[in-house]
Amino acid sequence: MSDFTHGFWPIYISVITLVSIIGTWIFLRSQTTRKLAPGEKAELMEHTWDGDLQDLNNPLPRWWLGLFYGTLVFALAYLVLWPGLGNYAGVLKWTQIGEYEAEVKAAEAKFQPVYAGFQQQDIVTVAANPEAQAIGRNLFLTYCSQCHGSNAAGSKGYPNLTDSDWLYGGDPETIKATLINGRSGMMPAMGEALGTNGTKEVANYVLSLSGRPHDAGLAAAGKPKFGENCAACHMPDGTGMQAMGAPNLTDNVWLHGGSEAAIIESIAKGRNGVMPNIDQTLGTTSNKEAKLHLLTAYVYGLGGGQAPVPEEAAAAEATTGADAATSEPAPAQN
Amino acid sequence: MISHEKIEKNLGLLIVLTILIVSVGGLVQIVPLFFQTSTTTAVAGLTPYTALQLSGRDIYIREGCVGCHSQMVRPFRAETERYGHYSVAGEFIYDRPFLWGSKRTGPDLQRVGGRYSDNWHYVHLMNPRDVVPESNMPAYPWLDRPLVDYAIQKKMRTLNLVGHGYSEEDIESAPGELEGKTEMDAVIAYLQVLGTHAPKN
Repeated sequence: MSDFTHGFWPIYISVITLVSIIGTWIFLRSQTTRKLAPGEKAELMEHTWDGDLQDLNNPLPRWWLGLFYGTLVFALAYLVLWPGLGNYAGVLKWTQIGEYEAEVKAAEAKFQPVYAGFQQQDIVTVAANPEAQAIGRNLFLTYCSQCHGSNAAGSKGYPNLTDSDWLYGGDPETIKATLINGRSGMMPAMGEALGTNGTKEVANYVLSLSGRPHDAGLAAAGKPKFGENCAACHMPDGTGMQAMGAPNLTDNVWLHGGSEAAIIESIAKGRNGVMPNIDQTLGTTSNKEAKLHLLTAYVYGLGGGQAPVPEEAAAAEATTGADAATSEPAPAQN
Repeated sequence: MISHEKIEKNLGLLIVLTILIVSVGGLVQIVPLFFQTSTTTAVAGLTPYTALQLSGRDIYIREGCVGCHSQMVRPFRAETERYGHYSVAGEFIYDRPFLWGSKRTGPDLQRVGGRYSDNWHYVHLMNPRDVVPESNMPAYPWLDRPLVDYAIQKKMRTLNLVGHGYSEEDIESAPGELEGKTEMDAVIAYLQVLGTHAPKN
């Protein structure tokens, strides 16, 4: 704590502290009445209340007096051992941050070997390890459950991670990329472009894609509008595009609700899905890489994990571009 | 030396001696804090709250958020693992009054900025159970109403008295910045800036 703006302050602190302790000591001594000899009577105070009530000026019991001196001795010992007197660091060299760092170091020494072991294994292997999943669950509850829920089943607007429906892909590499970079899914508001009726028509067409109850007439009218306004991201057949995080509309899994009203709201107002990146979730915590690995494995192992993309396929994808990310070949657009 | 008889019978002397003794703690522990670099200098990048954030902060105070949420990450591993870097004094330079709190029915919020999307906060404040089914936090649906903060310029000028350094331009444009916003927008703006200047190590 040597960041005082002026050299006066450490002296100021030390002087007042020591003077107060020594002064209290002297004051205490001066106020102490001597111990009574055996049989000696204490001095009678001069006041008399209620006719005959008087009090004696008895000295404090010695053990009690000892407690006062004890606090003074404690204070002096404290000031020798710990910081307290200006810039003096104390014999023990204790600092709050030093203690924190020692705690972190001890924890790292304990957990590092566990983490390191898992980090050398691939995601699929880690996901099959119950111990790793137990750690992963703790991490998930700390960093992810606020949006995805403690059971990872998500909620309105926040994806369910336990099913096999993925906005961006459920293979280990994609899950990890999602955790590292976060995601920002943006569906533009189409309400103005489509108009109230058009929105209703398209909503009914979307309902028909997953076989939900819909008005066939409206759906038929909505189909070409879907082709013009929605197919670029959701694909002409409505199966979505993982490269953009555009959901599959045919699988009856609804992130923002599957009722006609909810779909109309999605179309009219658009939707923004934001997954924070690793700096926002794991922040400056220790063992970030290892935690990332375990979290990826935990999410992968929740039930919806998809087989890792083989390396050749991954290379092919890189050359053919993002379109290859969709699982099914898209029919030609008309 | 004065005897205790004299002190006990002389009220003025008793008061003077009592004040002398009890003031030592404050003189030694509080006064020097005003003369330390670490407690008087803002951390890198920290700026005074914008008009909208400042309004949101006052709503945070009005709704009593501080009763359940602290804003102080203590230097313990259990806290830094969950919330991020421990708090340092320089982060609170523009917090008047500070909202460190002393009770955590809910989590600490000092590092909440940027951790969730604006939409998450909106849904969560409207009804916390919509995103966190186990939550026992009350809902604050009434925040979704127009923000009315007539005193914003006065607040900024008052904070300038203690060195927040709002420019005349900041103060002029403040009412405009609040126009068309809801109380919810203000609270979210405030929450999203919390802890964003935490030390990065």
